[in-house]
Amino acid sequence: MNNVLLIARRELQAYLRTMLGYIIVATMLFILGVLFNAWAMSGTAKKSAEIIADFFTLASGCTLVTSAVLGMPLLAKEREKGTIQLLFSAPLRDWEIIVGKYLSALAFLTVFLATSFYMPVLVMAYGKVSAGHLAAGYLGLVLVGSVGAAFGTFSSALTKNQLVAVVISLVMVIALTVFWFLARITDRPLTDAVQSMAWYAHFTPFGQGLVHLKHVVYFVLVTFVALFAATRVLEARRWA
Amino acid sequence: MISVEGLTKYYGERPAIKDLAFQIAKGEVIGFLGLNGAGKSTTLKVLGCVLAPTSGKVTVDGYDVGENPHEIRKRIGYLPDTPPVYDEMTVGGYLDFVARLRGVKASDARARVKAAEAKTSLTEWDDAPIFSLSHGYRQRVGVAQALVHNPQLLILDEPTGGLDPVQIVEMRELIKKLKGEHTILLSSHILPEISQICDRLLIIHDGQIVAQGTEDQLAAAAGAREGGTIDVEVQGPAQKAVDAAKTVKQVSAVEVTPIDAQRVSLRIQASADVRPEVVRALVQANVDVFKVAKSLGRLESIFMKFTQETEAA
Repeated sequence: MNNVLLIARRELQAYLRTMLGYIIVATMLFILGVLFNAWAMSGTAKKSAEIIADFFTLASGCTLVTSAVLGMPLLAKEREKGTIQLLFSAPLRDWEIIVGKYLSALAFLTVFLATSFYMPVLVMAYGKVSAGHLAAGYLGLVLVGSVGAAFGTFSSALTKNQLVAVVISLVMVIALTVFWFLARITDRPLTDAVQSMAWYAHFTPFGQGLVHLKHVVYFVLVTFVALFAATRVLEARRWA
Repeated sequence: MISVEGLTKYYGERPAIKDLAFQIAKGEVIGFLGLNGAGKSTTLKVLGCVLAPTSGKVTVDGYDVGENPHEIRKRIGYLPDTPPVYDEMTVGGYLDFVARLRGVKASDARARVKAAEAKTSLTEWDDAPIFSLSHGYRQRVGVAQALVHNPQLLILDEPTGGLDPVQIVEMRELIKKLKGEHTILLSSHILPEISQICDRLLIIHDGQIVAQGTEDQLAAAAGAREGGTIDVEVQGPAQKAVDAAKTVKQVSAVEVTPIDAQRVSLRIQASADVRPEVVRALVQANVDVFKVAKSLGRLESIFMKFTQETEAA
C-alpha cells in the first residue's frame, strides 16, 4: 500500500508540474462550459433540478473523456523515456504500479471536477437545488472518472506512444458509449443486456440525484476489469 | 554472489544471449565487454530482474531470479543504458523517491540521499530540476539513484556512454571510489576505461562469453596466438626503410602508406613485438624515425582477437 501511495504521489506531482494535465482540464472545462450554456441553460423556463440533471449529463461525458485522456502519459511516457526500468528493477508488484498510476489520474481529475463546480453553484444561487442532488451527481462523476482513468491506464500500458495510447483509450470510451445507442435499436431481451453494459444508463440516476448500489457496482467492476487487464499487460512487458 | 548457468534469452525468434555461464564473487568489479548488440545489456537486465530470462538458472546472493525477484531487487542498484530520471523532479526529490521505492524508511531517506549526493558530487545540485542538467550530470544522478539505498550489488549499464573525456575520467574515479563497498558489474564497448577499474573482464560476443579473466590473463591468451602489428612513421626513401625493416627476421610483411612529401607510415606485421629491433635496423640504415607504436591498444587487440576468432569459427 505504501508503494501505491509513493507512485501515486510522484505521478500526481508530475501532473502538477507539467502543462499537459492543465491543458487537458482547461480544454474540457471550456467545452463543458459552452455545452452547459448552449444546452442546459437554453430554451424555455426549466426547474433548477432539470438544469442540474442536464448539467450532470454533459459533465459525465466531459469527465469520461478528460479522465481517459489524462491517463495518456502514465505508462507510455515511462516506456518512452526508459524510466519504466527503474520501476521494474525496484521491489514493486505490477498491481502496485498500476493502481498508483490510476489513483494519480483520478486525483488530478478532482481539479476538473472542482473547477466545474461553479456551474451548479450558479444554478443554486438563482434557483433551488438540494445539496444531496449535487452530492449524488458528483459521486457519479467520480465513478465515471474512475472508469475513464482505468481505461487511460490500460491503454497507456499497451504502447510507448502517448498519441496511440490516447486514441486507444478514446476508442474504449466510444465503445462503452455505443452500447447505449445500440440499446435503442435492439429488441428485448437483447436491449436489457446491451443497456446494462452502457455506462450512460448507469449514470443517469446519479444525475437525477439518486444513488443505487447496483450502479455503483457497475462502475467499480469496469474499473477493476480495466486495471486487472493493465496489470497483466505490464506483467507481459517484463518478458519482452 | 552471482551464479549464472545456461542463461538464454530470446527476443521473439532471435536469441540475444545463448547459454551463458559465469560466477561472480562478492566484492568483485566485473566488466562486460562487447560490441553493440552483443548481449551485454540483456545480461545485465536479467541480473537486475528487469527482464525475465527464457531459460537458465540465475541466482543472486542465493536467491533465484525467477522465484524470489523481490529479494534480489532489494539488494541491487541498477543503472540502465539511459539514466531513468524524471525530468520534472529535482535531484533531491527524485533520489528521495527512489530511496523510498527501494524500501528505505522515510526517516532515513534524507540522510541516504545526502550520502549518495556527496559520493556523486551532486550536493549543490540538490534543488536543481533534472531537465536543467547536462548529460554528464544526468548520468551522475543515474549512478546516485543506483546506490542511494546502499545495495550490495551495483549494475551499471554503459555508465560512461555519451560522456565527454573529462566526464569519463570523473565517472571512472567515481566507480573506483565505490569499489570495495559494493560488488559492481559494468558494461562498455569502450575498452581502455574498463581495464583500469575492473578486477576481471568478461568478453561477450554474439550472445556468448568468448573469453574471461584479468587483463593480463587475456593478453597472455591473446598474445600467445598473436603476433604484433606496429606502426612506424619515418622520413627518407620509402624503399630503403622497407628493406631495413625486412632485415628483422620476425617481420612477415610491410605495408607503406605515404603521409606527405617526405614522410611515410609503415605498417609492419611480425610474429612478436619487434619495435626495438625494427628501430635499430632503421637507424642503422640512416632512416629517420618519428613515431613508433603498436597499432592497436592492448585491450583493443585482445578484444578484436577474440571477437574476430568467433566470427571466423
